[in-house]
Amino acid sequence: MLLIKCPWCGPRDESEFSYGGEADIVRPAEPDALTDEEWADYLFMRSNTRGLHREQWVHEHGCRRWFVLERDTVTYQFTENAT
Amino acid sequence: MTRQKYSIFSLLRNAVSHNENWRQAWRSPAPRKKYDALIIGGGGHGLATAYYLAKEHGIRNVAVLEKGWIGGGNTGRNTTIVRSNYLWTEAALFYEKSLKLWEGLSRDLNYNVMFSQRGVYNMGHSLQDMRDIERRVGANRLDGIDAEVVMPARIKAAIPMIDISPGARYPILGASLQRRAGVARHDAVAWGFARAADALGVDIIQQCEVTGICRNGSRVTGVESSRGRIEADRIGVVVAGHASVLAQMAGLRLPLESHPLQAYVSEPLKPVLDTVVMSNAVHGYISQSDKGELVVGAGIDAYTGYGQRGSFHTIEHAMQAIIELFPAFSRVRMLRQWGGIVDVAPDACPIIGKTPLQGLYFNCGWGTGGFKATPGSGWAFAHTIARDRPHELNAPFGLERFTTGALIDEHGAAAVAH
Repeated sequence: MLLIKCPWCGPRDESEFSYGGEADIVRPAEPDALTDEEWADYLFMRSNTRGLHREQWVHEHGCRRWFVLERDTVTYQFTENAT
Repeated sequence: MTRQKYSIFSLLRNAVSHNENWRQAWRSPAPRKKYDALIIGGGGHGLATAYYLAKEHGIRNVAVLEKGWIGGGNTGRNTTIVRSNYLWTEAALFYEKSLKLWEGLSRDLNYNVMFSQRGVYNMGHSLQDMRDIERRVGANRLDGIDAEVVMPARIKAAIPMIDISPGARYPILGASLQRRAGVARHDAVAWGFARAADALGVDIIQQCEVTGICRNGSRVTGVESSRGRIEADRIGVVVAGHASVLAQMAGLRLPLESHPLQAYVSEPLKPVLDTVVMSNAVHGYISQSDKGELVVGAGIDAYTGYGQRGSFHTIEHAMQAIIELFPAFSRVRMLRQWGGIVDVAPDACPIIGKTPLQGLYFNCGWGTGGFKATPGSGWAFAHTIARDRPHELNAPFGLERFTTGALIDEHGAAAVAH
């Protein structure tokens, strides 16, 4: 069980949260202008990093707000004070 | 080199000499400078690929490079279930090919992989579950795969320990049954393929970590490894959870996310369960090993991870479901627990095929269901590498499906959620 630090509610059990996957993926402003490859890259391709990974969480059973944390995907340690 | 044949006679002969003269099952050679083909990853799928490359395609100058020891990854960290009751025709035909290879595997490899066709039940707990089950069973039968719908009274007769009472937390309304499905001994699968491939000339190189993929323009030329540079024009990557890491070395991006997947076994019991029970809705599956341990599989952890361990509440969730199905198991103690890293694709189907780089092939994205595919995956991947084009059975599973949109959506459609 991970101990996850919600920016609003403080450290809570992982079971209060849902995982939102890789952070910083921005929906293209003009999808019609993209090639199929570029659209597939946005839609499906992931960096799936081994090591420090910026990711989204939502405090589903708490304040229900989304936030981004950085976590090491090998040790599962969150980086303190990452923005 | 010739393979020492295992038989009742070799057993007797070696018993007379106090079992001191068994030949080692495979060699441990130093890597050569150059091979015709390299397989990265010495799990079941990688070893099977090397075996079928040598056996079916005559490509014997092959090395399997393994970072740790063979079969030490997900091959040795799963619940060993083998079945082919997938919904979509592309997936069903592929897994059925694999199941047919399983049926002759011990004889083919001259190694007892202990494939036991004890049947797999997929439980339905709601009206919607039963509709899905009937649809899938119908689809399986149209694809020529054995499948049947069974009702609670017959389930109870076959599995006396199960709770089918209407007041159960997860009431059992019926199940699908594939009788030809079953379990196999996971370690024996790795060792059997390793021994058979080695006998055909394949070099199995353990403790050899690939650190880079060398390329000349859009062609691959070899790998950098912890044991030096090894050249080859054809490189097959079969590394399960670490596929994205290898792809990064080649400058590629894959549609995969790696998650921890956990399983555990109980203390050994007398025989109580002679088949396999899976439940999609509650995501737990259970069988009993020949040693008597209950083997229980959980779902994946939600977060991505490479740590070969997951969270405790994931185990607890699966165990709660198992105890609701089998109240008598509530006092059984769990003995061991482990986690593997599974690479999950958006459509819960594998990726087996070519990449934008000439000579580089990827076999990944098996998610939670790779073990059952071990022989079929190796067979199809060997064909893809040898001919530089996929076999018709794995053609729908290329990387290009994420661009064309021709996904094979087995998420939730397969007999168990991925």
